[in-house]
Amino acid sequence: MSLRTILLKDHWREQQVFTGRLLLAGIITFVLTLFLVARLFFLQVVNYDYFQELSHGNRVRIEAVPPTRGLIFDRNGVLLAENLPAYQLELIPEQVGDPEETVRALVAQGLLKNDDFAAIMQQIAKRRHFDPVAVRYRLSDEEVARFAVQRPHFPGVDIRARLARHYPVGPLAVHAVGYVGAIDQSDLRRIDGKSYSGTTHIGKIGVERAFEDRLHGKVGHQQVVVNAQGRSLQTIEGIHPSPGNDVFLTLDTRLQKAAELALDGHRGAAVAIDPRDGGILALASAPAYDPNLFGEGFTRRQFNELSSDSDEPLFNRALGGHYSPGSTIKPILALAALHYSIRNQYDELLCPGYYTLPGDDHRYRDWKKEGHGEVNLISAIEQSCDVYFYDLAIELGIDRIHQFMSLFGFGNATGIDILGEKPGLMPSRDWKRRSFSERAEQVWFPGETVISGIGQGFMLATPLQLAHATSILAARGKRFQPRLISAIRDPMTSELVMNPPVELEPVPVTNPEYWKTIIDGMVDVVHGEHGTAIGAGLGLDYRMAGKTGTVQIFSIGQEDEYDAEEVQERLRHHAMFIAFAPLEQPELAVAVIIENAGSGAAAAAPAARAIFDAWFAGRDEAVIATSNTSQSQ
Amino acid sequence: MIFAESEDFRDKRPLGIVARALRRLHLDGPLLLALIVVASVGMLILYSASGQDLGIVLKQSLRFGISVLALVLVAQIPPHFLRLMAPWIYLTALLLLFGVMIGGDVGKGAQRWLDLGFIRFQPSEIMKLSLPLMAAWYLHQQQLPPGPKSLVVVAVLVLVPTVLVGMQPDLGTALLIAASGFIVILIAGMSFKMIAIMVVLGLSMAPVLWTLMKDYQRNRVLTFLNPETDPLGAGYHIIQSKIAIGSGGVFGKGWNNGTQAQLEFLPERSTDFIFAVLGEEFGLIGMVVLLSIYVFIIARGLLISAQARNTFSRLLAGAISLTFFVYVFVNAGMVSGLLPVVGVPLPLVSYGGTSMVTLMAGFGILMSIQTNRKLLST
Repeated sequence: MSLRTILLKDHWREQQVFTGRLLLAGIITFVLTLFLVARLFFLQVVNYDYFQELSHGNRVRIEAVPPTRGLIFDRNGVLLAENLPAYQLELIPEQVGDPEETVRALVAQGLLKNDDFAAIMQQIAKRRHFDPVAVRYRLSDEEVARFAVQRPHFPGVDIRARLARHYPVGPLAVHAVGYVGAIDQSDLRRIDGKSYSGTTHIGKIGVERAFEDRLHGKVGHQQVVVNAQGRSLQTIEGIHPSPGNDVFLTLDTRLQKAAELALDGHRGAAVAIDPRDGGILALASAPAYDPNLFGEGFTRRQFNELSSDSDEPLFNRALGGHYSPGSTIKPILALAALHYSIRNQYDELLCPGYYTLPGDDHRYRDWKKEGHGEVNLISAIEQSCDVYFYDLAIELGIDRIHQFMSLFGFGNATGIDILGEKPGLMPSRDWKRRSFSERAEQVWFPGETVISGIGQGFMLATPLQLAHATSILAARGKRFQPRLISAIRDPMTSELVMNPPVELEPVPVTNPEYWKTIIDGMVDVVHGEHGTAIGAGLGLDYRMAGKTGTVQIFSIGQEDEYDAEEVQERLRHHAMFIAFAPLEQPELAVAVIIENAGSGAAAAAPAARAIFDAWFAGRDEAVIATSNTSQSQ
Repeated sequence: MIFAESEDFRDKRPLGIVARALRRLHLDGPLLLALIVVASVGMLILYSASGQDLGIVLKQSLRFGISVLALVLVAQIPPHFLRLMAPWIYLTALLLLFGVMIGGDVGKGAQRWLDLGFIRFQPSEIMKLSLPLMAAWYLHQQQLPPGPKSLVVVAVLVLVPTVLVGMQPDLGTALLIAASGFIVILIAGMSFKMIAIMVVLGLSMAPVLWTLMKDYQRNRVLTFLNPETDPLGAGYHIIQSKIAIGSGGVFGKGWNNGTQAQLEFLPERSTDFIFAVLGEEFGLIGMVVLLSIYVFIIARGLLISAQARNTFSRLLAGAISLTFFVYVFVNAGMVSGLLPVVGVPLPLVSYGGTSMVTLMAGFGILMSIQTNRKLLST
């Protein structure tokens, strides 16, 4: 009985609590609804006039204001990329009745090209319908006048003056600076569309691409009063965009000019690095092209012409060109031999003009058919004796070669601060096993070690890697990561943030005698009696260390004579030269590669000499200019 | 016998036939009428918001037709059977949510859909009804007001599906599911002290939630706090929506005459922001009228809840009605700039809405509770 009472009582109480709660919920519901109504009253009655004005008659459109792109300077403050005013034709999809029809009408007016029709429609489809789409960049004065007359027939289409990217030095340093181009599908995938509303161009390659986030700046916006056709009448208010940061490169324009001039008319690349901090002073790849073309929105045909040119001007050979390094690696192999104590500088070898492996009668030829006679380590570098290095390579073995060359950056990307770098290839037994599927091909043959001694075979390096390795030789083992950016400046505060050199683990060859020995060999290449590049050293008032390389890209039979005239131009040897100077306090390390130009001594060494001449001729001025900039900071 | 006679007597009145048909079908007349009125008003606004697209209105009518069918079918299920099935329905919904996580279809960057080959649906929709069912089933067996143990159990029942849906990520639906569970324990009589503790706990969870949110969800909250910071992106919605409502004034610009909507300044005008179209074209009066019908529906639901015969039915009916209010309030609050932009449609009015079927099925449950009350109480 009592239990039942409790249950009943609880049941009653339960109901009581529940009803109370329902009542409370009902009251809360009612109060919240009243609160909503009060909000609506506030919007629709109290602020009616304000919203009425915004909505009726004149209408407010929110428009993105693109930021001003940061400038690019060289190390001495020479302007490499700037922004100039230009007229562009814009279309706001939501305000033109039928975008397709409008674009066709603009084509009929000669303001757009029929070739670009599909691309323009794609742009329109990709953008938000209330954002303006630039359908044509850089109208001429005549075209601006022509459109002005037709304007009433094109609601939602307008001409706007905007800043367009301009490269005052034209094709100079284009492979380092890069260029901006119209934002395309693939760009839209990697950027935040919102922060690019209003921006029409984006960095495509080089510094422009790699430092896009710093150069671009922050988008601003303004409220614009527009009339019924969507034509801007008046700007009310907004937030200003913040301009992008200015970027200072390590490049030296004068040196860059000299490098490009030296390569003029050839296919090739030249890279100059300051061995004291890894700063890249010149980065040239020939042929080059004018980056201003991309900003102007040139036609598909023009672009096809450029991209299908058999000389590949768009290809950055300095970073992406894979070349056999040839004899240029001989000094490093000599250093390896000293380091592993398999040679000393006095060991002599008789060079008969060919080399054979025991138990094999295949003859590995020397470039000098009659041979070099008695050579030691220094004279083998000086004369670039192939037989000496065939023998040395066999004794080192491919695994030690792989290990030692890797210390100089071969086989790995250098980590330069722009994109497009290839890693090269430094073969090893292990690499061959991994890379080939056929069992017979996975074996490493001794003959492959032999030709590694002269930088031929599987080994591949980029001009940047060669310059990097040369700078390590110049600094006697000190390594810096190559870099193009020296500083970044915020134009609002003028605050300059330096990009400090990145020092890497040094090459663990600590005996200074070893370095001196191989560098002596390199000095003899330029200044010695039998040097392969004595022409490059004539009339120098300082001493230079160098090494030539001539890379055979066309196999010649064992007994055939090589005749450059008869071999097609594209099959001629690549010419190479690496060098650094001055010997005592190296300031400049250079690597030059000229494709199909014949011997390194004849073609590449003079090009490198021209670069050194430019550096030392203007050195005093450069020093003054640099110290001026640092004072102004 | 007397009872039967009186029924015969009522049948002879003009409305008697309708009343009898409604009773036969276990339907509640006033509630059904109000739902149909709201949906009709919705079609009217949709016609204007879609730029006078009759095709869209027809599609919406078809969807409403299917939803009414769902309501009628669910209304035939007696509450005691629902109670028996509650745990199984909840478990199934939970399994389906796990299914979505593993093999769901991705739409608009979120994984919400489950494709079983013959049918494609959002399990989170099923969960919207399953959770209040389950919570009511559990609390029905407990002594009320719920003690700490019951609260912990219900909290787990609520948190698991909420987190699963939130991870899809569908913040709007997750919040609604959490709200429906919270409402059940609230009306079950959780003490005000416990409510205060839970509110504090919930607030302290906010930073954790913040770190779990996706970037776009965070942006929405930030934009809500200050829409002017992002007038080109998410803030654009709120700014344009406020202009639409505000410029409607007391009487509105007239049907099909809202410039904000017709000139496409207002984004999402057929779906999440349709309430702003109503405000622009029918003014404060139109909005108050629609809100009043919503309040009537909720009041009717609360009445049904108060008259229900057992704890299970009471809690369930109360939760369904109040969750419906949360829907209305979140959407209206978002459109008028009181709340952040979360993707919650205006119930029965917004276009599309796979949620319409769920909503109407919920009202089917309410009607079943209402019409089974007398028969079983005698």
